[in-house]
Amino acid sequence: MSVEVRVPTILRTYTQGASEVSASGDTLSAVLDDLEAHYAGIRARVLDDNGRLRRFVNVYVGDEDVRFLDDLATPTPDGTKVSIIPAVAGG
Amino acid sequence: MSAAPEGLTVTEQGTVLRDGAFGNARALCCRECGHEVALGPHYACPECFGPLEVSYDFPTVTREEIAAGPRNIWRYKALLPVPTDIEQSPNTEPGFTRLLEARNLAAELGIDKLWVKDDSTNPTNSFKDRVVACALSAARELHAKVFACPSTGNLANAVAAAGARAGIKTVVFIPSNLEKPKQVNSAVYTDSLVAVEGNYDDVNKLASEIAGEEEGWAFVNVNVRPFYAEGSKTLGYEIAEQLGWRLPDQVVIPVASGSQLTKVHKAFQELVKLGLVDDKPVRIFGAQATGCSPVSTAYKADTDAIRPVKPDTIAKSLAIGNPADGIYVLDICRETGGAVEDVTDDEVREGILLLARTEGVFTETAGGTTVGVLKKLVETGQLDTTLETVVINTGMGLKTLDAVADEVGPAATIKPSYGAFVSTGLV
Repeated sequence: MSVEVRVPTILRTYTQGASEVSASGDTLSAVLDDLEAHYAGIRARVLDDNGRLRRFVNVYVGDEDVRFLDDLATPTPDGTKVSIIPAVAGG
Repeated sequence: MSAAPEGLTVTEQGTVLRDGAFGNARALCCRECGHEVALGPHYACPECFGPLEVSYDFPTVTREEIAAGPRNIWRYKALLPVPTDIEQSPNTEPGFTRLLEARNLAAELGIDKLWVKDDSTNPTNSFKDRVVACALSAARELHAKVFACPSTGNLANAVAAAGARAGIKTVVFIPSNLEKPKQVNSAVYTDSLVAVEGNYDDVNKLASEIAGEEEGWAFVNVNVRPFYAEGSKTLGYEIAEQLGWRLPDQVVIPVASGSQLTKVHKAFQELVKLGLVDDKPVRIFGAQATGCSPVSTAYKADTDAIRPVKPDTIAKSLAIGNPADGIYVLDICRETGGAVEDVTDDEVREGILLLARTEGVFTETAGGTTVGVLKKLVETGQLDTTLETVVINTGMGLKTLDAVADEVGPAATIKPSYGAFVSTGLV
């Protein structure tokens, strides 16, 4: 499964400045593992020490916040767009 | 930072800043992990994604210096991330709104001493003019080309108006189902109002993506949010100054993202640290509408885990299902002995009418929520009715007429005769 991942500005130091990268995996968790394999260190910026999504990170599969889906177990079918976005916005 | 002509600094990102661009602000500091970032268009900690807050090196500030300032938020400019010559730049000059002693509402609810901080009298009729004025200053100092925001309505009004006054291009994004008056109140100032098919959280996501891609865009509540949010501190400063330089015992504040509540708390703490008021306990209460109450739900469940929700309430200006500062609202309300409470849409409408008929203040749905929650806090014994209490009205009822349009109207329709009038029983 190949998905496109939108990378926020503060994580682009890991992706050599790329704002969008490809990754593979059947679930969000697997996609993050694949990202880590190619961009070492990036997973720890998205997940906390307990392996859960950090409090101030929103991750979307398609246009839906994964907290409304199955969190890290959310399926990521081929061609899905995954967006990682800082949560501290708005209001 | 790198070498630059005298009076200027070039940041690592290449932004040229003049000395004193952000007043007494020193750095941006992560509220979660303490990591510091240089002042600039940054809002999320590069280490942990936590929110960045403005930290300061405050000089001595006296009550007299503040009192000698203009009757707007710039009287507190030494405590804000703005330059000392901020008054010279065109802006809407918000703030120093009235603090009304609400004797009738107090009597109705059985509260000994109650005040309404009425921010509906700001230039675009909501507290958002305060935060936008600070964001506009940051946008100017950072040489932004576009002044933008995702908004539940009031912010769009404030950004569009401030941008027009400052002569900077504005683009404002709103949910397409927003109340018509709030759409019109933005569109009169800008031809770049964008209605997005989705709720506020969808609009917010879109804005965050644009902010990450477009150079020179200052999204007031995204990439310049640390500066923007500081504007809400002026509500706290004003409450203290208008009470005669003292803090109230209890404050009830509406919660959308939660930023305003955290900043009023920060303002009180700063005033104490600066010796401008005596230290005392202040219980802080948050108000939400039940149809969008993720913070209240977490408070009542005694957890820190705030589950995002899909909003379904008439209080659209509070309809943020994934509140960025919700966790800090929980911390503050718990630490200060306050609470977070919510009311139904019917209670929101009742709150609007209660404030209107007791104090002559027509608030919007956010204010109806806050007054409704005030009433509920009294009825449930969570608020101490013997303590001096301030309730914040953040907006103007004319923007949400539909909320009460079916609740009020003529008591009678009569022929133009004295007899007809007498027959109504209104004599």
